Amino acid sequence: MTERAMRTVGTSVPRQDAREKVAGRAVFTGDIAVPGMAYAKLVPSPMPHAIIKSIDVSRARAMPGVYAVLTGDDLTNMETRYGSDKKDRPIVAIDKVRFEGEPVAVVAAVDEATAEAAADLVDVDYEPLPVVMDLVGALEPGAEPIHDSNLCHEYHYEWGDVDKALAEADRVFEDTFTFPMVYHYAMEPHTCIASFEGDRLRTWTSAQHPFLVRAELSRIFHLPLNQVQVVVPYVGGGFGSKSYTKIEPLVMALSREAGRPVRLSLSVEEAFRTVRRHAGRATIRTGVMNDGTFVARDCLVYVDTGGYTDNGVRVTERVGDRIPGPYKWDNLRVQTYGVFTNSTPAGSYRSIGGPQAGWACESQTDIIAAGLGIDPVDLRLKNLVRAGDEVRRGSRPLEGDLAPGIERVLDDFGWRSYTPQHPSPLVKRGIGFACSLTNSGASPTSTALARLNADGSANVYFGTAEMGQGSRSVMAQIAAEELRMPLDLIRVFASDTDVVPYDRSTGSSRSTTLMGLAVHDAAIEVRQQVLDLAAEHFETFPDQLIAEDGQVSFKGESVSYGALVREMFGGSGGELMGRGYVTPNHPAGKLRENPVFWEVSIGAAEVEVDEGTGAVRILRYVSAADPGKAINPKQVEGQDEGAAMQAMGHTLFEEMLYEDGQLLNPNLVDYRVPTFADLPPVFDTILIENGDGPGPYGAKGVGEGGIVAVAPAVANAIYNATGVRIRELPLTPERVWRAISETRGS
Amino acid sequence: MTTDATPQYLAIEFTLNGNRVDADVAPQTAAIDLLRGTFALTGTKRSCDMQVCGACTILVDGTPISSCTVPAFELRGRIVTTIEGLATDGTPHPLQESFVQNASLQCGFCTPGMLLTAKSLLDANPHPTEAEILDHMQGNLCRCTGYKKILEAIVEVAEASG
Repeated sequence: MTERAMRTVGTSVPRQDAREKVAGRAVFTGDIAVPGMAYAKLVPSPMPHAIIKSIDVSRARAMPGVYAVLTGDDLTNMETRYGSDKKDRPIVAIDKVRFEGEPVAVVAAVDEATAEAAADLVDVDYEPLPVVMDLVGALEPGAEPIHDSNLCHEYHYEWGDVDKALAEADRVFEDTFTFPMVYHYAMEPHTCIASFEGDRLRTWTSAQHPFLVRAELSRIFHLPLNQVQVVVPYVGGGFGSKSYTKIEPLVMALSREAGRPVRLSLSVEEAFRTVRRHAGRATIRTGVMNDGTFVARDCLVYVDTGGYTDNGVRVTERVGDRIPGPYKWDNLRVQTYGVFTNSTPAGSYRSIGGPQAGWACESQTDIIAAGLGIDPVDLRLKNLVRAGDEVRRGSRPLEGDLAPGIERVLDDFGWRSYTPQHPSPLVKRGIGFACSLTNSGASPTSTALARLNADGSANVYFGTAEMGQGSRSVMAQIAAEELRMPLDLIRVFASDTDVVPYDRSTGSSRSTTLMGLAVHDAAIEVRQQVLDLAAEHFETFPDQLIAEDGQVSFKGESVSYGALVREMFGGSGGELMGRGYVTPNHPAGKLRENPVFWEVSIGAAEVEVDEGTGAVRILRYVSAADPGKAINPKQVEGQDEGAAMQAMGHTLFEEMLYEDGQLLNPNLVDYRVPTFADLPPVFDTILIENGDGPGPYGAKGVGEGGIVAVAPAVANAIYNATGVRIRELPLTPERVWRAISETRGS
Repeated sequence: MTTDATPQYLAIEFTLNGNRVDADVAPQTAAIDLLRGTFALTGTKRSCDMQVCGACTILVDGTPISSCTVPAFELRGRIVTTIEGLATDGTPHPLQESFVQNASLQCGFCTPGMLLTAKSLLDANPHPTEAEILDHMQGNLCRCTGYKKILEAIVEVAEASG
């Protein structure tokens, strides 16, 4: 019997939400009006680090149209702090502020203008404390403590004998690299409507992890999970900025105070002061033999988690996990420190710790290649981990070799036949390459529900938030494939905790792999019931039947799914239900090991550098993503292209700038993100599909990897063009020009 | 609301997505708030709120403007098109169809503004070069797609038009 050809999996069908979105009908949180809702405005701290001596809200409370003003004193009969790993974030500042912009109070009023005017009337008396901004200085004795100490988290691992191996290496390279604070700029700033109704909490919010928000609200307000409803409408971009819990507890506490639903929609300026990516500093010592063999690496990394932990624990660990890169190390020592400073709390951002580690390690790979006089790609190929090798000791072995994917990128790019065409003696061109391997942080906890209606249509329920990644299409395609039904008879419903079954989160490139598997299993459970009913109908065995296009056929006769459902219930109605449970013990047997999958990043860049101005243009960028199996190839390309373009931002110009704890550029004029003008003339994504992932059809996660390779590939290309090595991001014209001038001058 | 004085409202009349409409607007009301509030046209999105990102783009007499920074009273007597008015009698504009087919959107927050800015280009210049498209679209940010598939969708419509 020939294998059944898939009908919709593997095709680039239009997104489920595309027509709503192009028509302007797609509903985001900010588009919702709940009857009687009030509007909120934050009172931000102008101080980066200070004791709150007193807050006087009397003038604000007295203003006509003001319903409530919430301060730290009002957080009674509830938990006052929240956080994913450490519950160190007060819902609104208590006694002390730890970054400029931290909410010290929040006002609810009849409209936004009134709330804003009242917020201006809140008088706060601060006693300033020394401001701690230096990543390493924060840990030195005598540094002003932001919390009990300025160390948020530390992480160490080691194998082999690093000191001995470094002593015996032919050469040891030591370099320090820095990575800037960057802001996600999801175009929809955080927005939340919360309704406190006594023993019942309801919220509509721009959150990536609806069930984690539910758990946090349940804990804070001492209510069971079933009394907390979290609805996530379409999310206008996440990239990690809306992971875990952000403004929801604050808005819920304000709703309790105001006695009515409250809406808070942050401005971009406020969102800049809500979450960002961890800045980092990595010092790497790498020992190599003259033939290019890597023998040992010793690495010390600091990451800046800002005023509160947010996701700082995991980022501290993950940046360390990503230091080995895709290379084999017999001797490795990694020490990473997550550090508090008086700046916006840092949390998840697309590939947590990945770009910071990749920037340092892959820049150094080229420094080593240049030092040894070896081609940088050949040096990489010589040291790559191979399929079946453990990347980190004790981790899931690598599913497949990276080398074929690397060769495909090099071929597409024309790497080996490249000769630079310099436009002029001052304007130089060059090429650079980088690759990385990141351990997905995806937890295997997802469930899904499929319902087959009596007319043969189906509904599929799952928790994944749709933030642009295309999860609704992918889940619909998987469901249609496994139900053996036309795609247009599937309707998906997602991310309302009162309705859909549990999902851990939407992040870590996890949904296609893990929720995809849950949807796949739920659909198969329904199909099995359909086949059982059809077996009764045709008086035969299920394995004699063929299900396709919503029909079951047997010896030239066929019966529709709907007819089988109606037959079972003996009338015109009824439905079949199927469920999918994804746990570490999932029968496919691939989810027990950590990580659930490895995500690759492979990129090659050609740049043009104007030595007179320091301006860098990316002329070509070729990237590879490895989805295992692309359920919807165009969507996979879109994820990879979007990730690479975001990386071009942190590579060339994005950086949050602070002076004495004051954020200088919290807006889109002073903080520039990539525009159409930055689109490289050649911008390709190659899909590697070996069917070797743990998800349905051999799928695995993509969407994050594409952000890792860009910065080192571009810096390596600048070196190739000019002979100048830059170890700090972003590669602004000034920084590049200065580096060139210093090198030329010396 | 914030002062004791009675707010001064201006009575304006304009054409909104093909219909004559009128409204009383306060001088400080931004066009985006009139559209999203009074007219419940929530397809127009607020993001940067300072005329950089293009999410709030509407067409005024065919020209793309940022509705976040234009006073509502300036719409008086103008012909205004929002994303809700881009389709004709339920038939999507070719750009809308092309965005759907080319996977040119992800989260969709920038998409209404993106489509209207692209329409203003093709109305004035049905066969733009790629460079002209890139130049015209620079004021519309997208953080999801990396722009490539948006460019492809616009090029496809430009090439298909007679």
